Amino acid sequence: MSCDIISVRSESTCGVGVEFGYRCIPFSEMSFVEYRDVIQNGDTAIIFLGHDSMFAIKVQQGGSTQTKYGAIKHSADLIGKKYGSKVTCSKGGWVYILHPTPELWTVTLPHRTQILYSTDISMIIMMLELKPGSIVCESGTGSGSLSHAIIRTIAPTGQLYTVEFHKQRAEKAEEEFCDHKIDHLVTVKNQDVCKEGFGVVNIADAVFLDIPSPWEAVKYAKSALKTEGGRICSFSPCIEQVQRTCLAMTEQGFMDIHTFEILLRVYDVRTVSLQLPDLGVGDTNNQDTVADKNQSKEDSWSDLQPGTTQFKSGAPLREMAGHTGYLTFATKYLS
Amino acid sequence: MSGPGEVPAPGGGGGGGGGAQPVSEGDHVVLKREEVFKAVQVHRGRKITFEKQWFYLDNAIGQQYGTTFEVSSGGVLQPLKVKTKEVAKEVNEAGVDNRNIIDDGKSQKLSRDDIEALKEQGLKGQDIVQHLIENSTTFRDKTGFAQEKYIKKKKKKYEAFITILKPTTRIMAMMYHSREPGKICYLRYDTLAQMLTLGNIHAGSKVIVAETCAGLVLGAVMERLGGFGSVIHMYPGSLPIRAAMENFGFPKSFYNHLYDFPINKLNSLLSGVFLAEKETLQKQTEVMVEEGNGSLLNICQGDGMPCGETVMDNNKSEETEAMDVACEEAENKEKNSDRKSNVEERKSKQEDRLKKLQAAAAVLQERNADGLIIASRLYPSPLLLCLLEFVAPSRPFVIYCQYKEPLLVCYSNLRERGGVVNLRLSETWLRGYQVLPNRTHPKLTMSGGGGYILTGITVAMDRTKSVANISEEPAAKRQKVEESKS
Repeated sequence: MSCDIISVRSESTCGVGVEFGYRCIPFSEMSFVEYRDVIQNGDTAIIFLGHDSMFAIKVQQGGSTQTKYGAIKHSADLIGKKYGSKVTCSKGGWVYILHPTPELWTVTLPHRTQILYSTDISMIIMMLELKPGSIVCESGTGSGSLSHAIIRTIAPTGQLYTVEFHKQRAEKAEEEFCDHKIDHLVTVKNQDVCKEGFGVVNIADAVFLDIPSPWEAVKYAKSALKTEGGRICSFSPCIEQVQRTCLAMTEQGFMDIHTFEILLRVYDVRTVSLQLPDLGVGDTNNQDTVADKNQSKEDSWSDLQPGTTQFKSGAPLREMAGHTGYLTFATKYLS
Repeated sequence: MSGPGEVPAPGGGGGGGGGAQPVSEGDHVVLKREEVFKAVQVHRGRKITFEKQWFYLDNAIGQQYGTTFEVSSGGVLQPLKVKTKEVAKEVNEAGVDNRNIIDDGKSQKLSRDDIEALKEQGLKGQDIVQHLIENSTTFRDKTGFAQEKYIKKKKKKYEAFITILKPTTRIMAMMYHSREPGKICYLRYDTLAQMLTLGNIHAGSKVIVAETCAGLVLGAVMERLGGFGSVIHMYPGSLPIRAAMENFGFPKSFYNHLYDFPINKLNSLLSGVFLAEKETLQKQTEVMVEEGNGSLLNICQGDGMPCGETVMDNNKSEETEAMDVACEEAENKEKNSDRKSNVEERKSKQEDRLKKLQAAAAVLQERNADGLIIASRLYPSPLLLCLLEFVAPSRPFVIYCQYKEPLLVCYSNLRERGGVVNLRLSETWLRGYQVLPNRTHPKLTMSGGGGYILTGITVAMDRTKSVANISEEPAAKRQKVEESKS
């Protein structure tokens, strides 16, 4: 199906889409690694109710979803409609239906563990130098937040080997990858990375560790990486973990070891008005200029309260995440 | 030294994948010394200056990427086979504190001339460091930590190890941020990382990139597309500037779906008068081709000279069809002798250029782009409002700006326009750490700011609805919509 959309596209771009067809071979009816315009049965879609209020649903023929604005009937309201459409619910309210992306999935996924958010994920993906075709090892899989972002980046020709020692979590993750039609890009292994490694040797371009004792897995990370080298990243909340990991990395011959912390600051955009101080009646010259200024401001801000001044501000939120974890990156050079 | 004893790769030699290609002539590579990077193109007999040293890359050709070299006399690179022996390991005598260390400026018994003499003898960097340690009267009294620091400092000065790396977004972004931040609008690498992720840039997408960051953002997007999908580079002025993108050394196939479109044609494209403009377009391309040819001819005159090559590097960045440059160069040589073919070729170039422009216009006109990334020195709001018209619904967009205030304006204007949800204005802070046994702490200095980004997701516009369907909507919501439109 998706191939049709693509060929329409490339035809209209002066017939330069010769090898375009190639890109849809690995994709079947993809949603998480390829955009589609129309909502179909079996898709995962994001219901957007408003600021900070969204959830993921699986679109099913005959299915329905309750929202605070009333019910959405999948067959009538969703299937066949375009992503990005406004959908009117049974009580008359409306929502937007959005195409899934790893970033939207990260804020809507069912937590089975603590997860990584997009700020850290962005840094991990760039600093591990991931791109289409990369072979990546990851442990633990956890709730699959990072896994989805990795798969999105390495598709259509890359592969993710993810290791999760918790059997139930590993199975659940596998199920989700299937649901999101990205299972051909990922292999889930249920084993202990600190004892058994990643189950692959000399094939990875990058390794990511998010486990309680990453230093125990560093040697397996080294052997999983290609002989010509590759990148490694370890995520740990505590500095003691970082110290032990850096030591293990040095011992294993990793170079360029760097530890970072990345923090997201979100700003609330609003128009603020502050009251002008009443300095009383004083020097006449002074009073004239103040009056003039007020006059001109009142012209530009018709809704301005008398005696106030207005400006646009990006105000920091009252609270922000102060710490998620330390990210340690290193390179294995060819030996 | 190989890794821990395990079975070799299932794919056999070459590390499972397609096998690593060695460095070859013409490759775009990155030189690394300590934490300093420099992007160069590999040419035989071409003198490279890097970190106050000069050398030739001839010996690097045929070596694997990731190889470290030592610069020896005459600018010859010697591949380092053995990992550097630690000079420090022999030292075990150390002081406890610095109560008896006095700075009299006489602790180093070797004079500047002595050191110069050692260098001229062709002594290796690590031997010079050893000499310095032996002739330092205070070294033994220093604490172990201070000794380590001393050695590290001296090594940095006298040992010159250069590693040759493949260019990647990580390296290019870090390199530009430290060397030429002004050229990339002070876009810090972690901010670029956010943009690529929040923009959901991935293989198969059709992305609009409006940037004046020397092509760094464009190159980063192209790397994430991996040759699958297409990019339209929106540029101000008469030619797109892409020096950084050229430094990535992408394969030719990556350029097949790279389009460019001048920002000053956007209004005519939106209003539908773009095709009628054919004539003026032709004139413009003529001028552009002429400019290009002029400088290319100059290069040909200086052919073979290293300085000529550098001129070409700059020129290339402004050349739009980068893959053509190589053949153009060869063609240009012929041109000098045959002026008739020159005219013909100019004409065909001009037609090519026009075709490319029309192709880009057609790609835009479909109005179904999968993403929009803006990172420029231009005032973002008008550009954003215009370019959003070409983006499909339910697609992310990201605008970078060095300053927060223009993004506040974008935010308000987008709210007024509608057709977007999930707007967020943000900034990231990046803090580096020194992690050493008993000396772990945040780095003493950190970047003051890496710019701001505004992100959101496009949704279907209410244009027709506001007339026809608005009565179906609940009163409260209708009021909201009208409010935001006023």
